[in-house]
Amino acid sequence: MSDTILVASRKGLLTLDAWSGALEDIAFRADPVSAVLDDPRDGSRYAALKLGHFGVKLHRRDPDGAWKEVAVPVLPKGDAEDAPSLEMIWTMETGGADQPGTLWAGTLPAALFRSDDRGESWRIVESLWDLPERPKWFGGGYDHAGIHSLLVDPRDPDRLTIGISCGGIWRSADAGRSWRVAGKGLVADYMPPEQKEDPNIQDPHRLHASAADPDVVWCQHHNGIFRSTDGGDSFERLHAPVSSFGFAVVADPNDPGTAWFAPAEKDERRIPVEQRFIVNRARQGGKAWDSFDEGLPQPPAFDLVYRHAMDISRDGALIAMGSTTGSLWLGEEGGSRWRQLSANLPPIAQVAFGK
Amino acid sequence: MADIHFTPQLERFLACPPATVAGETVADVLHRLFDDRPRLRSYILDDQDRLRRHVAVFVNGRPLKDRIRLSDKVGPRDRIDVLQALSGG
Repeated sequence: MSDTILVASRKGLLTLDAWSGALEDIAFRADPVSAVLDDPRDGSRYAALKLGHFGVKLHRRDPDGAWKEVAVPVLPKGDAEDAPSLEMIWTMETGGADQPGTLWAGTLPAALFRSDDRGESWRIVESLWDLPERPKWFGGGYDHAGIHSLLVDPRDPDRLTIGISCGGIWRSADAGRSWRVAGKGLVADYMPPEQKEDPNIQDPHRLHASAADPDVVWCQHHNGIFRSTDGGDSFERLHAPVSSFGFAVVADPNDPGTAWFAPAEKDERRIPVEQRFIVNRARQGGKAWDSFDEGLPQPPAFDLVYRHAMDISRDGALIAMGSTTGSLWLGEEGGSRWRQLSANLPPIAQVAFGK
Repeated sequence: MADIHFTPQLERFLACPPATVAGETVADVLHRLFDDRPRLRSYILDDQDRLRRHVAVFVNGRPLKDRIRLSDKVGPRDRIDVLQALSGG
């Protein structure tokens, strides 16, 4: 249902009419919601909370039913007094179409969890948690590294690709039993020269695969925009107009050569360039670009779009986008025209078209 | 054995009436209580069974000394209060 936009915000899970922006529902009012997922296989909706006092919680709403608290992932016990505890469910994805009830959750600290019973129980993917390379990962904006992107190959749901800030891109061909680092060609300008191309310390801010060709993976990276045509194994660096810094990316489900980005000035200045908010569109695999500002805020704008705060409808006709200053927009006509649905929402972590 | 009381803020998320629970330490009391109320556990303790950073526990009005193992002793008629620390946002 592209008619509904879900907004995971600092102050609750909001449901809005995509056309009018009318607020239809608030769940978890005043509580921080870090991620939301609709499961089209069975009509369930999941909401991850990050309660300031009482920790991470996960709730599921069954079709036509009330919200119910289900289990949360739990990190393994450690010997050290400062052994980590779960801080946030950063992203969730459904398993394959033929795996009803299977869910994946990427968390902060960086761990991958799997549920096969619709969130009633979770188990950590030990092969990833036990990787000898994991101690080299580090936080990008948080104290710990975190998993924010989960790509489940629609052709074979055992093929997984994950994005970690800052731990690079990792791939599994066997449902997470074994992993190999990918992301050749990514460049980390924040590292000493000899480590800039180390795939294990890269900071991919967000990965999104094209539904038209799942081997095409777009990456908004800390140090620019990259595109892969081999599922994330290797990347080519692209150069966008205005700025290549940002967090969010969505790929066109109809054209693997097209994707959208919401640029900010740069790492140390996370505001729109000259405070004029634009959206960039890559075409022809990044050989051609357009910058759009129709319907978007003019100076002085401070809106920043977080990595999960952009979504594209399944048919590719609509793009929803939300900012940390609580603005929500609907993009039409290939993202060339935008309409503000609200300017008064809480800071937005994620937007998603209802399914 | 101690009487344990919870911040009313927790009632937004789950029922947590006061209880009288056996145990020689705060950890004993809480873990026995979690046997009856398993959902409560993750609201009070983190993944390592430490007290959550923004949860405060008082024993007879004194702040808990051992927030990691919760080894503070309790005796009959002692009162444990589980409150929320102040935090912003």
